[in-house]
Amino acid sequence: MRPSPSRLLNILVPVKRAVDYAVKIRVNPQQTGIDTNVKHSMNPFDEIAVEEAVRLRERTDVSSIKLVTIGPPKSSETLRTGLAMGADAGIHVELPESAPAPEPLGVAKALRAVIERQKEPVDVVILGKQAIDDDAGQTGQMLAGLLGWSQATFASKVEIDSAGKEATVLREIDGGSEELKCKLPVIITTDLRLNEPRYASLPNIMKAKKKPIEKLTPSDLGVDLTPILQTLKVTEPPKRVGGGKVENVDELIAKLKEAGITAA
Amino acid sequence: MFSLRQVRPLVTRATRCAHTRVQHSDIDHFRQFLQPSSILSTLTDAAPADLEPFNNDWMGKYHGQATTVLKPRTTEEVAKIVSWCSQRRIPIVPQGGNTGLVGGSVPLRDELILSLANMNKVRSFDPVSGILVADAGCILQTLTDYVGPHNHIMPLDLGAKGSCHIGGNVATNAGGLRLLRYGSLHGSVLGLEVVLPDGQVLDQLTTLRKDNTGPRHFLPVHDTSPLERTLVFFKSLTIKPYSGYDLKQLFIGAEGTLGIITAVSILTPPSPQASNNVILALPHFDNVLPLYKTVKRDLSEILSAFEFIDRTAYNLAVKHGQGRALSDEEVEGAQCFVLVETSGGRRDHDEEKLNDLLEHLLSAEQPLITNGVLSQSPAQFSSLWALREGVTEAVSKEGKAYKYDISVPLSSFKIVVDKTREHLASKGLLHDKAVKHVLGYGHVGDGNLHLNIIADAYTQEIQDALEPFVYEIVASYRGSISAEHGIGAMKTHALPYSKNDVAIGLMKQIKQLLDPHGIMNPGKVLE
Repeated sequence: MRPSPSRLLNILVPVKRAVDYAVKIRVNPQQTGIDTNVKHSMNPFDEIAVEEAVRLRERTDVSSIKLVTIGPPKSSETLRTGLAMGADAGIHVELPESAPAPEPLGVAKALRAVIERQKEPVDVVILGKQAIDDDAGQTGQMLAGLLGWSQATFASKVEIDSAGKEATVLREIDGGSEELKCKLPVIITTDLRLNEPRYASLPNIMKAKKKPIEKLTPSDLGVDLTPILQTLKVTEPPKRVGGGKVENVDELIAKLKEAGITAA
Repeated sequence: MFSLRQVRPLVTRATRCAHTRVQHSDIDHFRQFLQPSSILSTLTDAAPADLEPFNNDWMGKYHGQATTVLKPRTTEEVAKIVSWCSQRRIPIVPQGGNTGLVGGSVPLRDELILSLANMNKVRSFDPVSGILVADAGCILQTLTDYVGPHNHIMPLDLGAKGSCHIGGNVATNAGGLRLLRYGSLHGSVLGLEVVLPDGQVLDQLTTLRKDNTGPRHFLPVHDTSPLERTLVFFKSLTIKPYSGYDLKQLFIGAEGTLGIITAVSILTPPSPQASNNVILALPHFDNVLPLYKTVKRDLSEILSAFEFIDRTAYNLAVKHGQGRALSDEEVEGAQCFVLVETSGGRRDHDEEKLNDLLEHLLSAEQPLITNGVLSQSPAQFSSLWALREGVTEAVSKEGKAYKYDISVPLSSFKIVVDKTREHLASKGLLHDKAVKHVLGYGHVGDGNLHLNIIADAYTQEIQDALEPFVYEIVASYRGSISAEHGIGAMKTHALPYSKNDVAIGLMKQIKQLLDPHGIMNPGKVLE
C-alpha cells in the first residue's frame, strides 16, 4: 500500500566506482581483464543521477537522497563524492577486494533487497543508463522488472509531481525524443544530456565526511553476487595501421582492387 | 592599422654595419640547397597573405614586413643560410612557434625570417636517464606526448604548449607552470646545438649531466675567427665537471640575438604517479602569503604549483568559458583565488596530506579561505587547470591586451595591480572605450606576476599612460621587468629599469663578440 500524497519523496541513487573515463585502458598480460591499478571515479552516468536527485530536491518535495554502492572497500570513496554533491546518506554493500565484479542481474537483486529493507519506502530510483566499464546497460531495466515498477530509461529531462505521484520523463530515442508519464514508484536511468554535474565544494566535502554510511554484505541482503557468466578472454582492439597516399585515381583503384574491394 | 612598435634605427651601437634586404639573387642562392617547399617569398611566387602568420604575432600587436621565410630541415641548412646572410649582411629573425608576447619572434622591418618549424624530429631519448635530445622546432606538447609513455614529463609546461617550440622555450628561457617544482631551463637544459651568427655550428649537445667540458665537436665553416679560437681554447681547458665557461647558458634567454638554437638536450623528470589540484577562494589578498606558507609546510615535497588569480581574471575566465569550478554564490566575496597542485609518487599518501591541509584550512578559527573545490577525477583536474591557463585566452577574447610579465615581491602583487588601475583612472582612461580591465595573475611560487591591461583598442594614449609608469613601479620594488616572457622588441628600452649599466655594458660586449655585424634578431633584447 502506498502512503498518502502528502508524504515527501525518498530517492535512492545506485552508484558505481569505475575506471575513470580519462584513463587509457590496458589489458592485463593474462588477458583475463584490464589493469585496474589506475585512477577510479564515479561512473559518469551515475554522477548525472546524483546531480539530478540533488536538483529534484531544489524543485520538489524531497525527504531524503540515499546512495547505494556495491563494491570493494574503496567504493566508499565514491559514496563520499556523491555525499559531497548533496546526498544525505550512503549504503555500502561491501565486497572483498579480490571478489569478481558482480553482473547486472546480481546487482539488480541486491538493489531490490536494499529497497525492500528501507523503513521509508523508496519512491524514485535514479541511476546511470550504463556503467562505462562493462557497458552492460541492463541494471535499471532488470530492477524495474524485478520490482514490477514503472521504468523510464535514457532520461534527458525529469519532472516529478510528488502530490500526484507521477513522473514525466523525456527519453532520448533514435531520431528524437519521447515523453513518458509514469506512476511512482519509478526507475529512471540517466542519459548524458540530463544535466551537468556540479563540483563538490570544499565545505561540502568536509560535511560529507560526517554523513552516515551503512555497511552491508551480500549475505545481509540474502543475495549471491557470484557471476554466472564466464569471461574467456579480453584483448585489445587491433592496432590501426597507418594510411598511405596515392598520386591519382588510377592508383587508388588499383590499391582498392588489391585490397579485394570491387564495385558491387 | 595602428602599430605600437616604435620605429627605432636599425643600425645601432652593436650593429655598425648597414644591413641589406633579401634580393631575388639571394633566393636563387638558397634554392641551391633548400627544398622548394622550404622557401616562401613574395619576391617569387608567394602571396603576402602567406607570410602573414610569420610577420604578425598572435595577439596582433607586432607587424613585420618580411618578404621571405625560410624553413630549413637540417642544422646544415640553417648553417648555410646564416653563413650566406652573414656575408651579405642580411638580418635574420629566428622564429619558433611565434607564441611570444613581447614581439621577439616577428621582424621589426623586412628581416629574413628563419622558421624552425621543419626541424621537428626527436633525435634521441634515454628512458633511463630521462635525457631527451630534440630538434628546436619540436612542439612542446609533442615532446610531452613522446616522453609520456616512458613515464617522463617535460620539465616545463605553459599555456602555449600546443604551438610553442622547445627551441623558442629555451631561447626565451620560458618559465611556466612547473618552475616551482623543476626549476628553470638554466638547470634542466644539458646542452644545445647553436648556429652562430657567422654560420658555424656550436655543438654542445651533451647527454651527460656532469660533463660540461665545453664544446665537444666543432664544425668550422669559415676560416678561423677570434670566436672559434676562443672556443677551441675552452675545449682544451678542462675535463672536470662544470668547469670552463658554461657557454650554453648564454643562449638560454638570449632570444635569438646570439645565434640560432637548432637542437636541445634536456633532462626530463620522471612523471608523477598521482596529481591532484584544488582551487581555493580567498576573502582578501592579504591571505595569499600566509596561505602559501601553510601550504608549503603541509604539502612540502608534493607541492608542484601555487598559482594566483585575482577576481577580475577569474571572472573573465569563467565568462569566456575557460572552465568552471564553483557556483556564483559559493565564490561570493572572494577577492582572489589560488590553484594548488600536488604531484607525487603515491596517491594515498598525497591525498591524505592534501585532505589534512584542507581540513586544517577549513576548521581554523580565522580561516584563510572561504571556499574551494578539490578535483575528484582527471576530468575535473583538467577543468580546474583550464580555469587558470585559460586566463590568457579569455583576456585576448575580451579585448586588446597590454601584457606585463614582471617579478615583484609576493606581498606587492596586489599593490602593483591596484596602483596601475588607479593611475589609469586618474588619467581618465578607465572606461568602456579605453581600458576595460586591469588584472593580475601568476606564479606565486616564483614571484612572477602577469599584469594585464585590457583595452578596447591599442592606443598611444594608453601606451603612454602605462610606460614608463609600470616599469617605475617594478623598479621601486626592485623587481624585474621581464620574469619569463623575455624582452623581445617590447621591453628593450625598459631594460635599464632592472639591469644596471655594468650588466647591460657586458651584454653589449658579448653581443658584439658573437654577432659583430648585428644580423641576429636586430632590435630585440638590446636597443
